[in-house]
Amino acid sequence: MSITLKINGKEHTVDASPDTPLLWVLRDHLGMTGTKFGCGVAQCGACTVHVDGKTRRACVAPIAGLTGKEIVTIEGLEGPEADAVREAWKEIDVPQCGYCQAGQIMSAVKLLEKKRDPTDEDLDLGMSGNICRCGTYMRIREAIKKAAGDLG
Amino acid sequence: MSHEQPLVGQELDPGLTRQASDLILNLSHGINRATASRRGFLKGSSAFVLGLFLLSGKTAQAAGAKNLTAAVPDLKSFQGGDATPHLFIQIQPDETIQIVCHLSEMGQQIWTAVAQVLIDELDAPWENVQIEQAEGHPRYGNQNTDGSRSIRYNFDRLRWMGAAMRAMLEEAAAQTWKVPRKECKGTLGQVIHTPSGKKLSYGALAAKAREMTVPAKKEITLKKREEWRQINKPVKSLTTPLIIRGEGEFGQDTRQEGMVYAVIARPPQLFGKVKSLDDKRALEIPGVMRTVKLPALEPPAGFKPLGGVAVIAKDTWAAIKGREALEITWEDGPNAGYDSEAFEKKLMAEVQKPGTERLKRGDVAAALDAATKTIEADYYMPHLAHSAMEPPAVTARWEGDKVICRGCTQSPQSARRNVASVCGIPEDNVTLEVTWLGGGFGRKSKGDHFAEAALVAREVGAPVKVVWTREDATQHSYYHTVSAQHLEGGLDDKGKCVAFLHRTAFPTIAATFSYGQDEPRWGDLRQGATDTPFAVPNMQVESGKAEAHVRIGWMRSVANIYHAFAVQSFASELAHAAGRDPLEYLLELIGPPRLIDPNKEGAEYDNYGSPMEDYPIDTARHAGVVKEAARLAGWGRELPEGHGLGIAVHRSFVSYVATVVEVAVDKDGKLTIPGVWSAIDAGTVVNTNHVEAQVEGGTIFGLSNALYGEITAKDGAIVQSNFPDWRVMRMNEAPRKMEVSIIPSTAPPGGVGEPPTPPAAPALTNAIFAATGIRIRRLPVFDASRRDRLIKTEQDR
Repeated sequence: MSITLKINGKEHTVDASPDTPLLWVLRDHLGMTGTKFGCGVAQCGACTVHVDGKTRRACVAPIAGLTGKEIVTIEGLEGPEADAVREAWKEIDVPQCGYCQAGQIMSAVKLLEKKRDPTDEDLDLGMSGNICRCGTYMRIREAIKKAAGDLG
Repeated sequence: MSHEQPLVGQELDPGLTRQASDLILNLSHGINRATASRRGFLKGSSAFVLGLFLLSGKTAQAAGAKNLTAAVPDLKSFQGGDATPHLFIQIQPDETIQIVCHLSEMGQQIWTAVAQVLIDELDAPWENVQIEQAEGHPRYGNQNTDGSRSIRYNFDRLRWMGAAMRAMLEEAAAQTWKVPRKECKGTLGQVIHTPSGKKLSYGALAAKAREMTVPAKKEITLKKREEWRQINKPVKSLTTPLIIRGEGEFGQDTRQEGMVYAVIARPPQLFGKVKSLDDKRALEIPGVMRTVKLPALEPPAGFKPLGGVAVIAKDTWAAIKGREALEITWEDGPNAGYDSEAFEKKLMAEVQKPGTERLKRGDVAAALDAATKTIEADYYMPHLAHSAMEPPAVTARWEGDKVICRGCTQSPQSARRNVASVCGIPEDNVTLEVTWLGGGFGRKSKGDHFAEAALVAREVGAPVKVVWTREDATQHSYYHTVSAQHLEGGLDDKGKCVAFLHRTAFPTIAATFSYGQDEPRWGDLRQGATDTPFAVPNMQVESGKAEAHVRIGWMRSVANIYHAFAVQSFASELAHAAGRDPLEYLLELIGPPRLIDPNKEGAEYDNYGSPMEDYPIDTARHAGVVKEAARLAGWGRELPEGHGLGIAVHRSFVSYVATVVEVAVDKDGKLTIPGVWSAIDAGTVVNTNHVEAQVEGGTIFGLSNALYGEITAKDGAIVQSNFPDWRVMRMNEAPRKMEVSIIPSTAPPGGVGEPPTPPAAPALTNAIFAATGIRIRRLPVFDASRRDRLIKTEQDR
């Protein structure tokens, strides 16, 4: 079945079963592999995308419910918060293997859009859905605070 | 440099020209690459190789093919392999320095480290570096990216390689200018004629330099430490700029024209088999194309696929749904009776009785009898899973009787051999392309996922990506072994430890490769059992038997995890028994500065493959990191109510790490970690920032496993499947802060990726004891009995 999705400002028509999670349409049908598969059950956050301005776990978001919505992935992420986060990530060398980091960045950007000066508790709340097995948590924390500072 | 330099193996290896052209093909395949500058990759560069050393067969012969093989024996003799630079460095006319990284990038920043060493000795500008991933092939030397050995085995090799290349550029300039080479100096991408100040860039010299013979060591000058520009500096990662944009290719990201997708239903028990299969409902699911039955696994497990049924579909989702709809009756096989709870009791009983003597100093039994005070303690650790964020994935494509596999592996050469052996084809028929790894931790050293993909793709007749789901990765891993340990200590009337007995029992990794093995090997014991650095006059290490019922494999720091947990917990228990401060007592146990050799006390000790002369067990370095970690943590400071500090030290992979953990436990028993402080002595380090990152990450790995990690088995099948029931540390549970100190050293480089993990668990449980009086001897801390709350149980009282 053919469904049209608006991803990073561009319309894509895909032929996939309507219950297919967005994750697999992005990765398998559209070749947009920046959004990662980590658990498939919304527990690890590696597949975090933005749908109509809110974070969503693409692994549990069937495409049937996403028509007409604005989907943003790591490949299309932009704006002042995104720039500040990416700069801070580079400055502090946050990533190790990098597999979870697209999801971390997607969550961090939304957190900073809501909270310009996040406390440690805000960071716990906003980021605890994103697992990093390499253990980059301290650097993520530091980088988000740095990005917040840079945004002013 | 002399052109008359005699060449060893001057006749061209018949495989070499083909190998060189293979590499050129690889370069054009769009394998992961990164540049330090914003400069894009030179389009089609590999089709017009104008630079130094990547020559097609014909050109290679015309240019003097001797350049493609090792020139002199002394450049061949490095532990990691041959240091002849040809396959690793290519200089383009536009000054780009293309470097091939033969080791796998999994977050330890090996791309950056390899480039740092090569660029430093080559003396080229960092902005010109461009790095690419090598395929798996013996020509690169040892590509095995585990055992914390990448820099340990390759540091000298890479230095000589870079310096050899610089020498050849200098020689090319000398010949161009008709001046002596000693007047020419390569620096920052240019060769300068020192008397006249004339300059030629490396790019301009590249074509000429390719005619040079690789020099012998005596013709090459390594830079002095004080001349290093990149080594031992916090150089920025080459991968981060790609990662933050979702670029770079992981195993899960591999794609091929015309590719289909597969997931596999594997037998729940090791050596289980498919008894009957009904795939009718699965085939009705839109997108599902067919199923493929895989051959049953016969012992030993090795790296062979587990068997089962693959569901082939047009996307991963359809394959997952198809698998759910399969109706399979399994034949359970010989491990169906495995119950980890019952096995725990058996293992704990095993260490209550005398075992096989593996190290002996003095007379422990007599010393325990004569001691003023004796204590004993039993420790247990469960199975653990690596749980890299990226589950394994490989794409395989057949062309006639040849197969091209592309995916995430720490050990591309063994994966290649494994594919060849499982598919029954010559190794040369396997091309093994390596992506980035979304974490490895030892799981991706085992090439079963490559063999599976090759088998399925051969059956399907189209490129296939075999995707492992999180459930697959959790339920069909090579598990960190369960372990039980019994320790006894004797104190004299001054509280000094005079007797130390350590008995350890666990299913050995060797059982995965040699069916039925039930005795710990020297390779397991050398990791923290036979090399305990305590100055105790009477010491004995014993091992007990245990059979394996799942695939046992190595996981980040391996047997050091449980051995360090027991030994370093017991050190703190001894301090408590003696009524002494744990830090002071640990230093007393370590004793005076001296070198230890377990081989002299009955053990076989291979020192992680590094020579004892270069990497002795040096107790001064144990004490050094202990003091530094304690200083960082402010040991002895006044702590708030409910807080406690714990310390532990461990040497593994020839490096030394001490860690202090501070815990806070509130009145409801809720635990937080306000801070962690670690000191590492890894000898010479290449990237100070990334070593700190490894200490942070390795510590988190250890803390996560200690707090929450437990894989159990029932009826031979793994109980846990995904993050809800297999728990790893999250942001809100992580230490609020962590500080790392790198001990300055000119010693040869030791391991870095694994050594931070072992001290984390005992430092944590020692801190819990200090804060609460609860002594945790069974991990994880939050097992079913504690449910996230550190309230004293009957056992604790």
